[in-house]
Amino acid sequence: MTDAELDAYMDASAAVLGLTIAPEWRDAVRANLMVTFRLAAVVEEFDLPDEAEPAPVFSA
Amino acid sequence: MAEQEPMAEQDWRSATDIAAAVIAGTVSARAIVDAALNRIATRNGVLNAFTDVTADRARARAAAIDAERAAGRKPGPLAGVPFAVKNLFDVEGLPTRAGSKINRDRAPATHDAVLITRLERAGAVLVGALNMGEYAYDFTGENSHDGPSRNPHDTTRMPGGSSGGSGAAVAGGMVPLALGSDTNGSIRVPASLCGLFGLKPTFGRLPRTGSFPFVSSLDHLGPLARTAGDLASAYDAMQGHDAEDPFCAQRLKDPVSDRLNDGIGGLRIAQAGGYFRTNLMPEAERAVRHIADALGVSQEVELPAAGRARAAAYLITAAEGGALHLARLRERPADFDPDVRDRLIAATMIPAEMVIRAQKFRRWYQRAVLRLFEDVDAIIAPATPCYAPSLGQKTFVLGGAELPVRANLGLFTQPISFIGLPVVAVPVAGAMPIGVQIIAAPWREDVALRIARHLEATGAAVAQRPGVE
Repeated sequence: MTDAELDAYMDASAAVLGLTIAPEWRDAVRANLMVTFRLAAVVEEFDLPDEAEPAPVFSA
Repeated sequence: MAEQEPMAEQDWRSATDIAAAVIAGTVSARAIVDAALNRIATRNGVLNAFTDVTADRARARAAAIDAERAAGRKPGPLAGVPFAVKNLFDVEGLPTRAGSKINRDRAPATHDAVLITRLERAGAVLVGALNMGEYAYDFTGENSHDGPSRNPHDTTRMPGGSSGGSGAAVAGGMVPLALGSDTNGSIRVPASLCGLFGLKPTFGRLPRTGSFPFVSSLDHLGPLARTAGDLASAYDAMQGHDAEDPFCAQRLKDPVSDRLNDGIGGLRIAQAGGYFRTNLMPEAERAVRHIADALGVSQEVELPAAGRARAAAYLITAAEGGALHLARLRERPADFDPDVRDRLIAATMIPAEMVIRAQKFRRWYQRAVLRLFEDVDAIIAPATPCYAPSLGQKTFVLGGAELPVRANLGLFTQPISFIGLPVVAVPVAGAMPIGVQIIAAPWREDVALRIARHLEATGAAVAQRPGVE
């Protein structure tokens, strides 16, 4: 994602979630988003079949 | 550092020795607690481990223990042992701070956390609550509201986090026992950087009832101490199901203390390779080799996809942490520790698919790692990539790359807690201490503790005493 795309994502998410991001926080929030998406890509690369079950199991 | 006196013997006594003396009547619980309170008063100004000191309560409890003993009743196995708890544990009468400014506005806790109640039932005496990284989203032990805790071995360095006050209090000789929490490494990192024994039990072993959460999927509670025996005693006193904690496993108590000195005969122990052998500074490599040699380890095992496990743990942590704090982020964003706030804001924005996928990957990874335990009983791995960094240090060089300290201190702890394996961090002495993880199969804390005790008994692992100013 470009910086502009990240900024747009941040602003749209903040609007949906009701968050205010002060101008001086933006760089750090953007940097953390980049880390998040980079790590998500690491997990995404791993091939999981449709049948893969999540770790937590609910008991009725 | 200037030449310093090593800490006095008296200030470094184990919980086991203290309890034995109180039970034998050679010292009163009151004298023990008064001495601890004096050490706290003397040292906390520098180490900044304690955020609350519950002196009146502690003296009253000590007096009660002495009265019971005088009346002929048998004191508990931890009689008179002063202990302290990370300030995310509920302490009756205190608002549960969890390292934050915002939580100071909470109503005071009406009950102690279950683990406090259990330790006191065994005779131990709570003396206060300990500093931590805000809301536990931290590996440094720094805190913008309460100030950083300091590493007793070198007060220009961080103690590690998020249980920074727990590390500083025990390594600083203030108390022999502290409780911390560990989601991705927050007991094991301060244990490593402060040169202590730390136990992160199996996920779901100890009840979390009466503690402020961080990540329901990953939070563990556990002890830090200066001896393996003290870890075992505290762990035994705290075990048992609690119906109030839905994540607490329904397992019978499984005391380990009487098996602690069984030795390592018959145990198959391997070293973690691959991911766990890269991005280490020389001191971490030396420490793992030292422990491997001490245990006669010749075999290596590879935890498959450990890097992906760390990434998945990060995503789950961020998603649950962000969700937990969303209302506070909306209402009082400026009142957070800035380092924590900016991560939490980003965390609220993770798409659901990424988190769901991380939980599915978790099941795959768990099965793959548990297969390894068909052939080994324990795996050793570094606890931190390096000695304690300096307070305020933002980056370090790992594997030739400059990386942020905060995120990467937990590089080796995160893939293990991700699947809830029990771990004892054992301290290796040196210019600065550094820890090594002894990782066992689920519910086999006994194996990890036996190995830790063997290492201690043979001198390979020791909680070194810092100098005192």
